[in-house]
Amino acid sequence: MRVRDLSYSLVVGTLATVGFVVLIGPVLIVLVTSFTLGRSIKFPPAGLSLQWYQLLFDPVRSSQIHRAALNSVEVALVAMSVATILATLASVALARRTGPWVRALDTFFMSPLILPMLAFGLAALMYFTFLGFRPSLALIAAGHVVVVSPLALRTTSASMAQLDPALLESSASLGAGWFYTFRRVTLPVIAPGIVAGAFLAFVGSLDNVPISLFLAGPRSDMLPIRMWGMMESMLDPRVAAVSGVLIAVVLVLMLVMERVVGLTRRSLG
Amino acid sequence: MRPRPAEWQLALPLGLAYAAFFLVPLLLLIVVSGFADEKITTPGLTQWRKFLGDSFTWKVIFDTVKLGALTVVATVLVGYPLALVCLGAGPRVQRVILFVVILPLLTSVVVRTFAWIVILGREGVINHTLLWLGVVPAPLRLLQTEHGLVIALTQIEMPLLLLPLLSVMSRMDPSLRDASAALGASRWRTLFRVTLPLSLPGLVAGCMLVFASATTAFISQFVIGGNRLVYLPLLIWQQSLVVYNWPLASAAALTLLVSVGFGVTAIAAVGRRSRAYAL
Repeated sequence: MRVRDLSYSLVVGTLATVGFVVLIGPVLIVLVTSFTLGRSIKFPPAGLSLQWYQLLFDPVRSSQIHRAALNSVEVALVAMSVATILATLASVALARRTGPWVRALDTFFMSPLILPMLAFGLAALMYFTFLGFRPSLALIAAGHVVVVSPLALRTTSASMAQLDPALLESSASLGAGWFYTFRRVTLPVIAPGIVAGAFLAFVGSLDNVPISLFLAGPRSDMLPIRMWGMMESMLDPRVAAVSGVLIAVVLVLMLVMERVVGLTRRSLG
Repeated sequence: MRPRPAEWQLALPLGLAYAAFFLVPLLLLIVVSGFADEKITTPGLTQWRKFLGDSFTWKVIFDTVKLGALTVVATVLVGYPLALVCLGAGPRVQRVILFVVILPLLTSVVVRTFAWIVILGREGVINHTLLWLGVVPAPLRLLQTEHGLVIALTQIEMPLLLLPLLSVMSRMDPSLRDASAALGASRWRTLFRVTLPLSLPGLVAGCMLVFASATTAFISQFVIGGNRLVYLPLLIWQQSLVVYNWPLASAAALTLLVSVGFGVTAIAAVGRRSRAYAL
C-alpha cells in the first residue's frame, strides 16, 4: 500500500512537473531570446542587448508594425465595448431562467468557443464581399464581437448566478423601479464579472487570428497577421521583441485585474 | 411602480447581432459551396464532387482529426496530473499554478507558436541540449514533423483543458477523497474511483475545447508543420485567399465544421459512457 502511494506521488508529480514546465517554459524562453545580441534567433542567445527593441520602437523602420499594432488595439477596444454591453444585457435576460429555448439560446451564444472560427472567418469574408463592403477595421471589429462575446457572457453570467434574488425582491417591495434596481443592486454585484469579461474580450480580440486572417487587408493590417508574415520565410528577430512587449503588457494587465476583480478566480467561472 | 420590462428582451441585441453577423454568414457557406464555378454563377455540386472524390482530401481530413486526437491525449497526460497537484496544494501554490495556466492563454497564439520555433528549430533549445549532452551527433529535425507540432500544440492548447477542469475540481467535496482514504483506498484507487468520475464533466469540456482549437489552429499548423503537413485549415486558406476558389473553400470549411462537430460529439459520448461505467 505504501509502495503504491509512493508510485502515485512519483508518477503524478513527474507528469505535473512536465506540464508546468511545458506551460511556462516557452514564455520565459521567448522573453530571454528577445534580448539577444546575435543577428538570428537562437537559444541560449549570443549575448544580451536591446537592439531588437530599439529597432522595434524605431518609428521609421518599424512603421508597418506600429500601424498594425494600433489597428489591433483600436479594433480590440471597439469589439470589447460592444461585446461587453451586449453580453451583459443577455446575461441579465438569461439569468435564472430554464427551459429549452433558454438552453438553445445559451448554446448558440457560446458556440463560437467550440466551432472552428476559421470557417466563420471565410464565411464573414464572403458575406461582407457580397454585401459590397471593402475590407475595413469596422468589419474586423464586427467579426471580433461574435468571437469574444462568449468570453464576456461567461464571466457575467457566473456573477449573475451569484446575485441573491431576495435583494431584487426587497428592492422592488420598497418601491424601486426596475431600472433603479438594476443600477443600484444588480450592476454593483455583477460589476467584477463584467470587468473580468471585458478584459478577456479585449485580449481575445487582440490575439484573434481566424477572423483577422480573412478580413485584414493592406489598409487594415492586424498585429497577429503581421507577426505571422514576419515569421514566414526569413525569421525576423523583431518577432521576439514584439512578443516580449505583448507578454509584458499581458502580465501587467493580469496583475492589475487580479487585484481589482480577482481574475484567476473568475476565469474558473 | 413602473411596469417591469420583460427581461428576456435584453437578449435581443446579442441575438440579432449573432443572427446578422454569425448565423447568416455560416449559412452562406452552404450556399456558396453549392456553386459549380469559381465565379459563383452556376449552381451545381461539381466542387463537392471534386473535393470529396479526391483521396488526398480524405487523407487531410484523417490527419486533421488525428492531430486533434493526439493533442487531446498529450494535454490530458500532463494536464490532468497538474490539475491533481493543484487540487491537493495550498492556496499559495494554487494561485501560482492558476497564474501559469492563464498567462499562456492570454499570450497571443502567434507568440506561443513563435516560442516553439525557438525551441524546436535546428539551433533551438532541444537540439542545443541534445548536442551538448552528446545524445545525438547531428541536429534532429523537429520542425515540420507531426510529433513536433503535437508537442507545441500541447502547450498552446493546455490552458483550454485546465480552466474547465480546475473549475469543476474546485467545486468537488474534499471530504469524499478523505473518506476514500480513511476507508483504506490507495491513492490510485481514490483517483480512479472518486476524483476522476467527479471531475469528468470538466475533463470532457476541456477535451472538447482542445480538440476544436487544435484542429483549427491554422498559424501553428502552418508555421510549425510547414508545407509538408497539410491540414484542413491550410486547404481553406489556400482555396480562398490564394486560388480564390470560394466554392471549394466553402466545401472545405464545411468539412472542417463537420469534422470538428464529429470529434466533439465523440468526446462527449466517451464521457457519458465512462461516467456510466465509473458510477
